[in-house]
Amino acid sequence: MTGELAIRLRGAVKRYGPITAVDGLDLDVPVGTCVGLLGPNGAGKSTTMRLLTAQSIADEGEIEVLGFRLPEESKMARAQCGVSPQLDNLDVTLTVEQNLLVFAHLYRIGRSERRDAIQRALEMANLVERRDSRVDKLSGGMRRRLLIARALVHRPRLVLLDEPTVGLDPQVRQELWALIDALRSEGTTILMSTHYIEEAQRLADTVMIMSHGRAVAAGSPAALVAEHAGREALEVYGPPARLVEVEAEASGAGLRTRRTGTSVSILGIDGNRFGADGERRPANLEDVFVLLTGEEIA
Amino acid sequence: MAVATGTGRRLHRLERSALTGVLVREIVNFSSYWRSATFSSTVEPTIYLLAFGFGFGSLVSRVAGYDYVEFVGTGTVATAVLFSSAFPAMFGTFVKYQFQRTYDAILAAPVDTEELVTAEALWIATRAGVYGCVPLVVALFFGLDPAWGMLVVPLIGWIAGFGWACFGIMISGYAKSIENFSYVISAVLTPLFLVAGTFFPLGGLPEWAQVLGQINPLYHCVELVRDAAFGFEGWADLVHLGVLVAFGLLVWRIAIHAMTRKLID
Repeated sequence: MTGELAIRLRGAVKRYGPITAVDGLDLDVPVGTCVGLLGPNGAGKSTTMRLLTAQSIADEGEIEVLGFRLPEESKMARAQCGVSPQLDNLDVTLTVEQNLLVFAHLYRIGRSERRDAIQRALEMANLVERRDSRVDKLSGGMRRRLLIARALVHRPRLVLLDEPTVGLDPQVRQELWALIDALRSEGTTILMSTHYIEEAQRLADTVMIMSHGRAVAAGSPAALVAEHAGREALEVYGPPARLVEVEAEASGAGLRTRRTGTSVSILGIDGNRFGADGERRPANLEDVFVLLTGEEIA
Repeated sequence: MAVATGTGRRLHRLERSALTGVLVREIVNFSSYWRSATFSSTVEPTIYLLAFGFGFGSLVSRVAGYDYVEFVGTGTVATAVLFSSAFPAMFGTFVKYQFQRTYDAILAAPVDTEELVTAEALWIATRAGVYGCVPLVVALFFGLDPAWGMLVVPLIGWIAGFGWACFGIMISGYAKSIENFSYVISAVLTPLFLVAGTFFPLGGLPEWAQVLGQINPLYHCVELVRDAAFGFEGWADLVHLGVLVAFGLLVWRIAIHAMTRKLID
């Protein structure tokens, strides 16, 4: 890899009493890329995000954002970052435009550029028609788009998106993906946390799988799948007793398996012949995730 | 791999643009709730003024050398300042921190806790300076003579309001839940509100209560406003002013400390 880093974490540790939320995390986010932090709830994704705005202070390790050392120089880094938090914190009694106006001031946009900046953010988030609507009259999807637009009003070099589509309908989620993808194609550096496999697979150039505050693996979605789960998986359906048998056969053949609800997935089957009948399907990031962490996700 | 180099000028503490950003948020929000805020901040002290002024005023016509309505009319300025600063600061801060998570959003922008607390206190102080004048205006209708000194009353209200706003933010910073405010209101604010020389002079109280009154910033606000209306008294008023400024600066720093502990983990 070449190029500059927008974010660099080395050995970052954050403890809350007896709980270690981030446990020696290394993270590189090259400029102009979209990196996805993938992990279940409680993996330390949100804490990592808070470390990057110095709203949490690391107990150990080094953190640099846009070349500024944290926490000392965090304010300068924050001036060039946009943050979309997991929990909606819009001013609900204000209009869409007023919310953007407030953040245009907080991000120090000069008087002459303010109007254009707000217009551009409204257009990106497809909210021009709703500029005069009060936030508490908006749908969940619109509020999410506004939350992201608010993070973009000052044209940040780096955008931190914490679970940008959590709790949204699949259809609305697609709209937000289009918005994030547009941002990515403009060359904005993005760090996104998610516990949706598909989201990471579609949007991220690099995915880092997190579990219990640690990075378990990192790479492009395709490379991660190829490295850890092979090309194909065999999905075998059957009654519970049959699934136990299949699992035993697979492990006898040196193959790894995972339970997926009513079936067993035999991973890394690729060209091999395997006794049991089932459906062959391409291996995916979810297989990688479960293999590496032993946890189910979402 | 090289790390991207930071560009742009270095940012400092207590920057004007950060304070402005937080103030703009408050002003824009105020446009959506100014009616209720104005109502509660002005009607309540006016009721005190009228109830005590006429109720008590029918029993005692003169107190400490003034008509009772004049005595109470100038005294309740401090009440209005307290009600429009300490209470909104306590509840507003808690709501913005706990329920609306507004402060999470602001601190993700280039604003530090110190700037956030300072801007919030400046805003509340300004409102308190304006609302504090309401009892004085009402008293003017009931026979209080206008005086040039009254023109500094908004400034006195602003200085006292800054201190009480910081006090409210500080309490909010230490409070574990919104129910904790009951203790502060009952055990701290109510006694301070009563032992401030607003409705009766401190002179008639037992000595311990008089000492308590002397360290009560609200008492110094009451005295300063009264002297603004009836004539300044030189050194005594400088002491009153000094106490208000010292109180403001002290609670300002403590409020910043308390909120930093609360907001940055």
